[in-house]
Amino acid sequence: MTAARFRRLLTGAYLVLFFGYLFLPLGIMAAATFNSSRFPTVTPWMGFTLGWFQALWEDQRMWAALGTSLIVGAGVIALAVPLGLAAALLLDRLHSRAKTFLYALMVSPLLTPGVIVGISTLVFWREWFGVSGGLFLTVVAQSSFIAAYAMLLFSARLERFDPALEEAALDLGATHGQVFRRITLPYLMPAILSAALLAFLQSFENYNTTLFVRGLDTTLTVYIATKVRTGLTPAVNALSLVLIALTILGAVVYEALRRREARRQARSVVALETA
Amino acid sequence: MTEVLRRYGPVLTGVILLAVAVWLALLVLLPQLMMIGFSFRPSLPPSKIGGPEDVFTVKNYLTLWTNQIHLSIFLKTIWASALVTATTLAVCYPVAFYLAQVAPKRRLPLLILMLVVPFWINELLRTFSWYIILAFNGPLNAILLGLGIIDEPQRFLGGDAGVIVGMVYVYILFMVFPLYNAIESLDRNQIEAARDLGAGWLHIHRSIVLPHAKPGVAVGCIMTFMLAAGSYAVPALLGGPNSRWFTEIIYNWFFEGGNWNQGAAYAFILLVLCIGFILGAMRLFRVGLADIAK
Repeated sequence: MTAARFRRLLTGAYLVLFFGYLFLPLGIMAAATFNSSRFPTVTPWMGFTLGWFQALWEDQRMWAALGTSLIVGAGVIALAVPLGLAAALLLDRLHSRAKTFLYALMVSPLLTPGVIVGISTLVFWREWFGVSGGLFLTVVAQSSFIAAYAMLLFSARLERFDPALEEAALDLGATHGQVFRRITLPYLMPAILSAALLAFLQSFENYNTTLFVRGLDTTLTVYIATKVRTGLTPAVNALSLVLIALTILGAVVYEALRRREARRQARSVVALETA
Repeated sequence: MTEVLRRYGPVLTGVILLAVAVWLALLVLLPQLMMIGFSFRPSLPPSKIGGPEDVFTVKNYLTLWTNQIHLSIFLKTIWASALVTATTLAVCYPVAFYLAQVAPKRRLPLLILMLVVPFWINELLRTFSWYIILAFNGPLNAILLGLGIIDEPQRFLGGDAGVIVGMVYVYILFMVFPLYNAIESLDRNQIEAARDLGAGWLHIHRSIVLPHAKPGVAVGCIMTFMLAAGSYAVPALLGGPNSRWFTEIIYNWFFEGGNWNQGAAYAFILLVLCIGFILGAMRLFRVGLADIAK
């Protein structure tokens, strides 16, 4: 065997190991859903059942937690997406040091541990406004860093925007409001949809920040963590399996949209160049 | 600023500035400053706040120094997070290099998708999957027993090792993507040229690939360290009373000890640790903030 062939074999084995490492734990977790053992495991196998899905379906507190997560997610979309959009619009028209400084400030929440985002929000709102933990603070705390993700998405799209379009419309007598509604917003629409989806997913899965600002409200992720520590049954696995299936679906749709958009953009560039 | 006004007009500019101000002041800066200020005050009953006892104090910071248990947990959080970071870097580098430089173009979209999908899955669920693997009557014990490596089931949950293993799994994807992005921009011809000139495999990586990948290494390390040091979900699920994490101490100050000022001080210490790591990594790898937030 040549050295090159040996190295290829080694690389292949490493990749198989790596992806196995990524997916095997999730597979085991999923498989435990169908084991009729009281405790979620695959060893020993006690027989196939779909009963844990039914147990999950009848879990009233799970549905309540899901409702809370959906409300928080909607709130985060409503708050973080506009904030991120405004930030990106501002950055796009700034140059020099002001831009660098603002940019650093805007991405700083992404480099701050989630627990600290939660704690600072909790302390601030109690001390200044007398607001204690609950749905409102959860939305506010999550938005403070999710807005940064939205800003990054909008900035990436604005970078490819041709300002001459706005210039032309203004020269032809359109008002600023008209330009924004008819040109800027439609151009940004794909980014708005991606930002909303990303904001919702980030909010839905958030645990570290939510834990500090939730008050007495329980989101679905918090509920799962509580169940694992007190009263774990394979119903938790059933819930995980459903969530993972939905996530995979969401990720695939998101990727497909992104790629279609990239292809469309590439085509329009080609069309422009050949015209 | 005149450029902003010219482009968006007075009304829209006003709305944009207001929104950015609300975000940065009300949601980011003021809460952080408030938390820091709060950490320098004693914990007092509401009737005494603003009174003669409500003075500036560093007492809350000295607690960490005098409390041996808290101090050892803090130090453990640092070295364990560093260990998680180093492990993910070592595991991810070959994968990132393969994907960015070696993988055939037609196979790449599928491989990337296979990385993206677990990345999207809830951190808590990925942690939970290791809870099942490491459980007393879980598959890991069953396999080790079956192979005759151990004679009786081991308690993998509730110790530092389980927490660290779980963290490597949960945060590994935050390392692989920055590495991939950095190595991907390296021109393949450079590697070819080095090989033609007789450079060995190790030499190529040390002198060409790694220097080029520096920003990616920095970003990956910063993200992984920050997530590990600030993690609550992983130690809460996979750890136990004997393997507490610094974030759990902070949580206890708030919701069990009822001493928010003390908790704020510990939170600020954690923040300083993370900022210190970020600055250190930026210096070491000579990268700017703009490289980090890509």
